[in-house]
Amino acid sequence: MTDLDATRVRPVIRKELRDYRRKRSIVVTMAVLPAIFLIQPTLSIFLVPASTASGRYLSLPLLLLLLIPVMLPSTLAAYSVVGEREQGTLEPLLTTPIRTQEFILGKGAAVMIPTLVLSYAVFGIFLAVARLFANPVVASDLFHQGPVLLTLFLFTPLLAGWAIVVGMAVSVRASEVRVAQQLGTVASIPPLGVVVLLGVGVIHPTFTVAILFAIGLLVIDLRALRIVSRMFDRERLVTGSKAGRPDRSEPHAG
Amino acid sequence: MVDGDAVRGADPVAAADGPGDERDPPRSPGGRAEITDASASTHAGRQPALVVTRLTKRFGERTAFSEVSFEVAHGEVFGFLGPNGAGKTTIVRTLGTLIVATSGSAVVAGIPLSPENGVEIRQRISVMPESPGLYLRLTVTENLEYFAGLYGLHKAGARIRDALEAVNLTDRAGDLCGGLSKGLRQRVGLARTLLSDPVIMFLDEPTSGLDPVAAREVHNLIGRLRQKGVTIFLTTHRLEEAEKLCDRVAILNTTLRTIGRPGDLREQLFERALVVKTVAPLTDPDALFGGVSAVDSWRPEGATSYVLAASDPGAAAPEVTRALVGAGADVLAIGEAQHSLEDVYLELVAEDVEARAR
Repeated sequence: MTDLDATRVRPVIRKELRDYRRKRSIVVTMAVLPAIFLIQPTLSIFLVPASTASGRYLSLPLLLLLLIPVMLPSTLAAYSVVGEREQGTLEPLLTTPIRTQEFILGKGAAVMIPTLVLSYAVFGIFLAVARLFANPVVASDLFHQGPVLLTLFLFTPLLAGWAIVVGMAVSVRASEVRVAQQLGTVASIPPLGVVVLLGVGVIHPTFTVAILFAIGLLVIDLRALRIVSRMFDRERLVTGSKAGRPDRSEPHAG
Repeated sequence: MVDGDAVRGADPVAAADGPGDERDPPRSPGGRAEITDASASTHAGRQPALVVTRLTKRFGERTAFSEVSFEVAHGEVFGFLGPNGAGKTTIVRTLGTLIVATSGSAVVAGIPLSPENGVEIRQRISVMPESPGLYLRLTVTENLEYFAGLYGLHKAGARIRDALEAVNLTDRAGDLCGGLSKGLRQRVGLARTLLSDPVIMFLDEPTSGLDPVAAREVHNLIGRLRQKGVTIFLTTHRLEEAEKLCDRVAILNTTLRTIGRPGDLREQLFERALVVKTVAPLTDPDALFGGVSAVDSWRPEGATSYVLAASDPGAAAPEVTRALVGAGADVLAIGEAQHSLEDVYLELVAEDVEARAR
């Protein structure tokens, strides 16, 4: 990731966010999915009897909220490149001076921003509802789930990052939008596994585990981002054919 | 834009087809004149805007274009003609750094064509693909703002206004692109190519699918850009468009078949001739035309029409007229044979079709 020019990343982000806002189906999906994932954890804290309230009962509903950053960005990321290709906007875009990394970064950030805003907003709503309306004992226990809350805070961008990078990798290679979105959803299963393992207690969320897992995810996300940039083959995206190597036996281009 | 001193319609220097190129130029079956104009040096001796040398692109076994060489001068409108599948769009994509050439070289806007130089080249050129590729949920201005940003143009309001003014779309600036007609979208696409003040504009079939009125608007715009001295590389299969707009044209059908000014191509490709039309068939045309010294040969073209090969049709016409009147023929018309660019194109493309059939 060298020679990145933020001034070329910003227009991509701005355009994408503008485009999302104007597409009703994207807005509705973005609003509905977090709302659905908010229902079960909220009900849980009202259904847990105060006498049995403990970390074991409260960590699962909290960790379920991590499904939002996993599920929400996958379809948007999967659409990002192949969608442009299908609507015929990719070629004009690639004739501008934007670098591959800038394009990937802009597209990724445009998915990440609403994902983070919505995910953290849902967490905030959940905690606020618990504080205001749940049994004070349950609410108190909830706010004492330090490692789980840290996991929630740290994992949200990292899991979203995974879903976005994998979704974009699929989008760069897919031949059409439907295939990309299906594969993008499938690709979000591994982080779901992490969430499930945390939720059912196979991996016990402690501060150390949370931080180590977060570092691991960060490394994976950054490497995956580089891989996606390398997978981005302008020639293949424009013509459908893989870029050929110049003949070295002959004077080559340039 | 290109400097105002750019020389338009520069005299092409008759030279070999690119530096060091020893290929035989295309030659028609009738042994017509060689077509050797590939140079685009300007009077001022300025470096050409585009130099392409033996450029080839293959996709696996399929050759998109092969050994293509030409130059385009600054301020020149250069037409690239060819049938569907001839490789026109692939050349534009190659020169626009979207795809990598298999072999050969090019210098685009002064920069050697290579993947490493992609960003720098794209900074100096603009490309309008056949489909304008607009974001339909964004307004005209928002589309242009986006692309201005990608070119790193800050505070691009004035440029956007200028570009919209150039394509007569100022009053539609706030409209969603999804609500525009195809012609208007094409104009937005053109406005987009103007934003970055490119050294070279690549326009790939800019009037494709447009009705005659919309096409004329695009022609007018290209005409205005031409007056400003913008270098334009125009691919089209509309021959009248190329004839009207281009200083020089090249005809491509995987290989470069010919290159030059439309008028020169006509002269080079077709013998100079007189066309004689009479009311009734001549009784003995062989004796009649054979007796005229200025006529080299003749052939009938229909029952009452004759094509007379003459190196100087102007000098031959009075002699032929006298001979016809002397023979008692009722003459309808005598005039120099006129060949359009379409004739040139069809002649060359037909040769390819025949060659393939063989």
